[in-house]
Amino acid sequence: MEDPSKSTTSEAHTLSDSVDLDDATRSEMEKAGVIVSSVDWLYNWARSGSVWPLQFGLACCAIEMICSAGSRYDIARFGSEVFRPSPRQADLLIVSGTVTKKMAPQVVRIFNQMPEPKYVIAMGACAISGGPFKQGYNVLKGIDRYIPVDVYIPGCPPRPEAVLHSLMTLQKGIRRQRTLGKGSNNPAYVEGNREYPVPSFSGKDLDPPYNPEVWQPPEKRPNMPEDGCP
Amino acid sequence: MTMESSVVAGSEPTVEPRGFELIEREGLETNLLEVSMGPHHPSTHGVFRMDVKLDGETVTELRPVFGYLHRNHEKLAEDMGYLGSMPFTDRLDYFCSMTNNWAYALAGEKMIDLEVPERAEYVRVIMAELTRLVNHIMLVGFFVNDLGALGTPLLYALREREKILDLFEWASGARMMCNYMRFGGLRNDLPEGWLTKCREVVDAFPYFLDEYEKLLVENEIILVRTQNVGVLKPELAINAGITGPMLRASGVNYDLRKVDAYGVYDRFPFRVPMGEVGDCYDRFMVRILEMRESIKILRQAMDELPEGPIMGEAPRVFKPPAGEIYGRIEGPKGELGFYLVSDGTAKPYRYRVRPPSLVNLTVLEDLCLGHKVADAVVILGSVDIVLGEVDR
Ligand code: SF4
Repeated sequence: MEDPSKSTTSEAHTLSDSVDLDDATRSEMEKAGVIVSSVDWLYNWARSGSVWPLQFGLACCAIEMICSAGSRYDIARFGSEVFRPSPRQADLLIVSGTVTKKMAPQVVRIFNQMPEPKYVIAMGACAISGGPFKQGYNVLKGIDRYIPVDVYIPGCPPRPEAVLHSLMTLQKGIRRQRTLGKGSNNPAYVEGNREYPVPSFSGKDLDPPYNPEVWQPPEKRPNMPEDGCP
Repeated sequence: MTMESSVVAGSEPTVEPRGFELIEREGLETNLLEVSMGPHHPSTHGVFRMDVKLDGETVTELRPVFGYLHRNHEKLAEDMGYLGSMPFTDRLDYFCSMTNNWAYALAGEKMIDLEVPERAEYVRVIMAELTRLVNHIMLVGFFVNDLGALGTPLLYALREREKILDLFEWASGARMMCNYMRFGGLRNDLPEGWLTKCREVVDAFPYFLDEYEKLLVENEIILVRTQNVGVLKPELAINAGITGPMLRASGVNYDLRKVDAYGVYDRFPFRVPMGEVGDCYDRFMVRILEMRESIKILRQAMDELPEGPIMGEAPRVFKPPAGEIYGRIEGPKGELGFYLVSDGTAKPYRYRVRPPSLVNLTVLEDLCLGHKVADAVVILGSVDIVLGEVDR
């Protein structure tokens, strides 16, 4: 998903927003039982209301993710209670926990296996940046080095409410996307399936240390090592 | 990883030599099938991998692969002050942060001979037993989930867990990562009204357990799937260093709350539930019965909770004399120990966790051999592992 500020399409939340019709014509048509809307609106309404997450837990944060599916928080209210065990059936990858260097290749592979359109939520400090274990020799300092992340949830662990909020944020983003229409710069589907190279071990670190397509080290500061890991 | 042959003297090795082999059976040629379950597999309770070799559906070899969640806990702890590791212990076994805190605090207190005030000891017992409830209820939920009862029992368990997590949050400020105990006592006293609420939760818990037991304990599918599956012999259990409910399910009476009587556990009369056969069903039942005993302890601890300070005379800078210490408690999963080596500075020279999950996992292959692959999932569920603790 792209930065919403760059998007040319306005946010199409309601029926009347999506199609240019004057009110008189619209009410005339509604009387006759005709509702005019754009295919995009309908598509996005359906897509954002049934985001199926992958049943994929990595560490402590996964427990809070499970909690959000429990009866108190009830993620089913947002249409996302169907946790799929297979990446082939999932729309959303919630990276819930510490990604170690041994696990990072599998996470990227799972992302590659998911069908388009696919979204990623980085849950918790660990998935965002390595979190409390950032200094560890075996901990990846943020999953966004290898796959594009749509929503970040800070916290250690984030509360289930925060998980729900991130889901709502994602739904908002989905509703801004275009499924049809030429020349859109915020398309829901891209050509083919987005696949990113799976990192592998070489010597003492993952190779490559990050995927330049999705992540660039921050501005070079003095004393910053080559791989951008301070 | 087979322990049977090496530990029980005089017994026959039960496993054939390994390797890729063709099996001829009435003219049919079949191959052994190698399956890698995990690290992303819904049954493995996290990022754990089992490399299984199957003959048809029967497990002939099982190799556990760990390390997918190795977060350098021990190495990081050697690089910071003693107290700095306290929040990291929360993240070892993320269901049971309170007991993890306690084990670490106990090791630290042993190092400098620190007295813990009475009230703090009682609050620790209350927190530890609440943690035991949380852990066992979640274990049973996940276990039945593995058996194929998708959802419902787990949702029931989550509902009850939330009530206890509310108590934790009220006392410590966090739902899961409580970071509540300190060397010499507790971080803060119980808030006003906490005990009343706790009593409500504890009093309501047996009703929930009744309902849960009625649903599960005599359920025919559970009986068929778990009885005589994954039998752990007491000799093997002792030799492999198994502790906790898993050991007691094999019929060995060993509970550190009785053996060590750390804290004020010697003041509470409670029984230690034990199994007879050592199969998955016993492991499941021992946990259910343990919850009832925990409620007994909780009731008594709440009644007897004394007033007074909650923090002993802990030094401002924790700098133990050179030496080594091992502090252990009975965690919900087994013996949780912290082994600290001090060289007289403010940082530990060596910091080692004895994780009950990892040690209990070592017998996995022995339990699974000869069973169907679907049973391997159930057996793994009954072992009760948390990967944060296995890999650290
Ligand atoms: S962010 Fe915190 S709670 Fe989440 S996986 Fe990392 S250490 Fe665990």
